[in-house]
Amino acid sequence: MLKLDHITKIYRVGTFGGKELHAVSDVSLEIKAGEVVSLIGESGSGKSTIGKIILRLISQTKGEIFLDETNVSGLNGPGLKEYYRKVQGVFQDPFSSYNPIFKADRIFSIIHDEFYPDVEVQEWNDKVFNAMKAVGLNPEHVLNKFPHQLSGGQLQRFLIARALLLDIKFLVADEIISMLDASTRIDILNLLADLKSRHGLSILFITHDLSLANYISERAVILYRGCIAEMGVIEKIFNNPRHPYTQMLIASVPRLDQRWDQQVNVESRSVPTGYTEGCVYYDRCPLAFEKCKTRPIPLEIEQNHFVACWKVSEIHA
Amino acid sequence: MSLQVENLTVYYQTLRGNVQALENTTFNIADGEIMGLAGESGCGKTTLGQSLIYLNPPMKYMGGRVTLNDHELPIADTKKMDDFRFKEISVIPQYAMNAMNPTCKIGKMTAELLESKKVSFKEVKAELDRRLDLVRMSRDVLNMYPIELSGGMKQRMVMVLSTLLNPSLLIADEMTSALDVSSQKAVSEMLVEFRNRGFVKSLMVITHDISILYQIADTIMIMYAGQPAEKASTDEIIHAPHHPYTKMLISALPRVGIIQSKKRLTSIPGTPPLLLDPPSGCRFRERCPLAIDKCKEVPPFIEIDKGHHVACWRQRNFTNLSL
Repeated sequence: MLKLDHITKIYRVGTFGGKELHAVSDVSLEIKAGEVVSLIGESGSGKSTIGKIILRLISQTKGEIFLDETNVSGLNGPGLKEYYRKVQGVFQDPFSSYNPIFKADRIFSIIHDEFYPDVEVQEWNDKVFNAMKAVGLNPEHVLNKFPHQLSGGQLQRFLIARALLLDIKFLVADEIISMLDASTRIDILNLLADLKSRHGLSILFITHDLSLANYISERAVILYRGCIAEMGVIEKIFNNPRHPYTQMLIASVPRLDQRWDQQVNVESRSVPTGYTEGCVYYDRCPLAFEKCKTRPIPLEIEQNHFVACWKVSEIHA
Repeated sequence: MSLQVENLTVYYQTLRGNVQALENTTFNIADGEIMGLAGESGCGKTTLGQSLIYLNPPMKYMGGRVTLNDHELPIADTKKMDDFRFKEISVIPQYAMNAMNPTCKIGKMTAELLESKKVSFKEVKAELDRRLDLVRMSRDVLNMYPIELSGGMKQRMVMVLSTLLNPSLLIADEMTSALDVSSQKAVSEMLVEFRNRGFVKSLMVITHDISILYQIADTIMIMYAGQPAEKASTDEIIHAPHHPYTKMLISALPRVGIIQSKKRLTSIPGTPPLLLDPPSGCRFRERCPLAIDKCKEVPPFIEIDKGHHVACWRQRNFTNLSL
């Protein structure tokens, strides 16, 4: 449904923009209709950049995005507006997503004015009511209030309801529950799962929390410094991680059913930020060898399980 | 007993009245104990940590006693507390990333900090170097500015600084929340290492992430709406909790092995009460599936097993009572 084709994003940084920061390097991935894909990575791995590129908030340096055969990269004006009818995003901090001067439900009337000017007010209000019900809110309790009068979970659900009003096909959910409490988190996750099964919504779930990704998604993409390290069906990644980075990541997740191994693997050097021709994990990798000075090519080691690591490729060959 | 807190009550003064953020809190932390403090946002866990070290307005001390190593702490008097801060009781603040002065080198800042406590930097320098080695940081960081360090390194630096004078109690407030999972693990393990080596006697680790506490804490105290709900050993809290709130909170946590399509987790319905005018009796009453008439009275925080305290009328020692 949505396809990223060799997306690269290079930021110009430094005093006069003289340095380059490779935020995303050559990422290709496809998300099918009604599928939840988790994009997992540490801070600075480029996961939010990918989300923003899909939402056309920033432009990619190289590569193309396709939504059902339409090339999204060249869209503007009315074409872009049509795109936003189908693709929307919800972000991490619900409090800063609103203008504090206006009532929170203003986001709905903006949608009305912009996208559905022909719909009668009464009919629109019914639509808003239904959307609020769909996200598990009681409209009478939450409408007509200012953002500071609502909780983070309620505001986050408002934003999802807003996306639903547009009858979207694809949702970019960028760390949407990391600011919420454990007790409200699970509500939002369950809501996303319901929307997926009921409306056939595709979701790109961006997170750094592996247990959340595991709970909700079918496929996962592990990102490290802008490159895909490992990608595939979630059970395969969690039960059989092959990339040394994924293995380290999964071993570090605090779990409730098992304690950490005593082995401490500390990042003793700060991670270099400059561009490298080789494998981006080279500096931290315990298995690195000579060949890792060139960029590894992703290999499908079993059905729907890709790993970009020369060592794994070597063992597999 | 390293730390004893009895009936501590701290309110926030606002224009609309007192917010009863911490009400009649009683608990102990033993020598060498790592106590985790967890709960939803607004449950008073940060207020508790903050009031033990720097009780400043709008916080207002309303009553209660705090003793550390048999000395009563003058927590209501911020001037007198100066004698204890950093030496006896120390803190790793929330957002420790920004805790260091960005305009001066870390070494100079450390020297100034020590000087303010009348400790000579030269005497401590050797120990400081040893501890930097322990947390695997180069000794050169003392000549660097905070901006040159990564988030995990800053966190480790603050940890070394806070514990430099071997305090009896260290309060770590959300210290791993902003870190990536791999640095989270490293920092948490170092915290345990510091306790094992006796750099700090006891620890209070405040976090909303219970799975981290399961890894490092000896005991966990769960707070709800400004009051402790349950305190017990880590294994009991996770595997055999008594308070209905703890049970619901633990079962709402996604785990690595649980997949939504196979097992759907449920949340706790409702929201925590506003503490400006909290409900009488048990504050969890309105969200509690087990609530009975008796719950209109405040449940005592009593010990039902060795080291296992619960504030709930429905736990097993009371179930035989005619209610």
